[in-house]
Amino acid sequence: MVTLKSPREIDLMRRSGKITSRVLTELMKAARPGIATSELDRLAEHGIRQGGGIPTFKGYNGFPGSICASVNAEVVHGIPGSRVLREGDLLSIDIGTTLDGYVSDSAVTVPVGAVSDAAQRLLEVTQECLTIGIAQMQNGKRLGDIGAAVQDHAERHGYGVVRELVGHGVGREMHEEPQVPNYGKPGTGMELRPGLVLAIEPMITQGRPGIRILDDGWTVVTADGKLAAHFEHTIAVTDDGPKILTLRDYGEHPGIERYRPPREAIA
Amino acid sequence: MARRRGGRPSRGKATAEKAAKTATPKEEAIEVEGTIVEPLPNAMFKVELTTGHRVLAHVSGKIRMHFIRILPGDRVLVELSPYDLTHGRITYRYK
Repeated sequence: MVTLKSPREIDLMRRSGKITSRVLTELMKAARPGIATSELDRLAEHGIRQGGGIPTFKGYNGFPGSICASVNAEVVHGIPGSRVLREGDLLSIDIGTTLDGYVSDSAVTVPVGAVSDAAQRLLEVTQECLTIGIAQMQNGKRLGDIGAAVQDHAERHGYGVVRELVGHGVGREMHEEPQVPNYGKPGTGMELRPGLVLAIEPMITQGRPGIRILDDGWTVVTADGKLAAHFEHTIAVTDDGPKILTLRDYGEHPGIERYRPPREAIA
Repeated sequence: MARRRGGRPSRGKATAEKAAKTATPKEEAIEVEGTIVEPLPNAMFKVELTTGHRVLAHVSGKIRMHFIRILPGDRVLVELSPYDLTHGRITYRYK
């Protein structure tokens, strides 16, 4: 069932999103060569709890971490562990906070130290995909418009769009209806209405779009072993267009600034 | 955290497919006469058809609704699915 959120609920989700974006910013800055992903996880849990929130991922279907840390060919859902980041790695950090019963969910992929031009390009295009997807979240548009816009932009650059995993509604639960694929046909699917809150999360691969899940039951890797990138925001559809509830003031795509929520709404 | 895609891909598409399916006329079942050989659990019967084939047949809902008893040796009308000729549906018991 799809639930529409009242302005009051969206405000609560925005508070949750502020913790998520603040902690994610800290993690982005901490992701340097020599740090283990378990250390980032520890920082994340500490930061979320300090803000009064609960790490949403921890214990979700048995997931052990507070973040997903996915390196290089890992697309998403990497389990934080003893793996030490090295210069040239691509690290996807996915994080979620529950505050007063409302969830916010966001992710970025960051370069660890200096990375190849090709890897940098993948990051840029994936982040553009997210911005382009968000731009489709207007009252009266449809789910298929979001997916089609993301898919078109990724495939135009010769990249693959992962099909097996999708974005989702967010609210009291992390995964609510509807499913939000990163591919589709314009003008199809559910109509978007004010109060709908979605997590849009393009997962874009350098090679073919196929994936595999490792024996740990979580880690999703590209089937061909090529790099993948992943960016995610929690966004509300409003009468004045999309409002990003997890917007950071660090490392955002330049074109995304216009989707900042109005300041007066953040009490 | 990304959600694993599952269930119906999208409502719009699923219902469109369903509509297309129901719009095509139902394939005709093949009706044959037979004799009950053996009663089986769950209102299933082994039926020997006049053609000599033995098939597994269940009792149609209409027959069940009217508590029509079917015993070994009864002559019955069986509908066979054109897809699986070894399974049928008993639609009538001759008096």
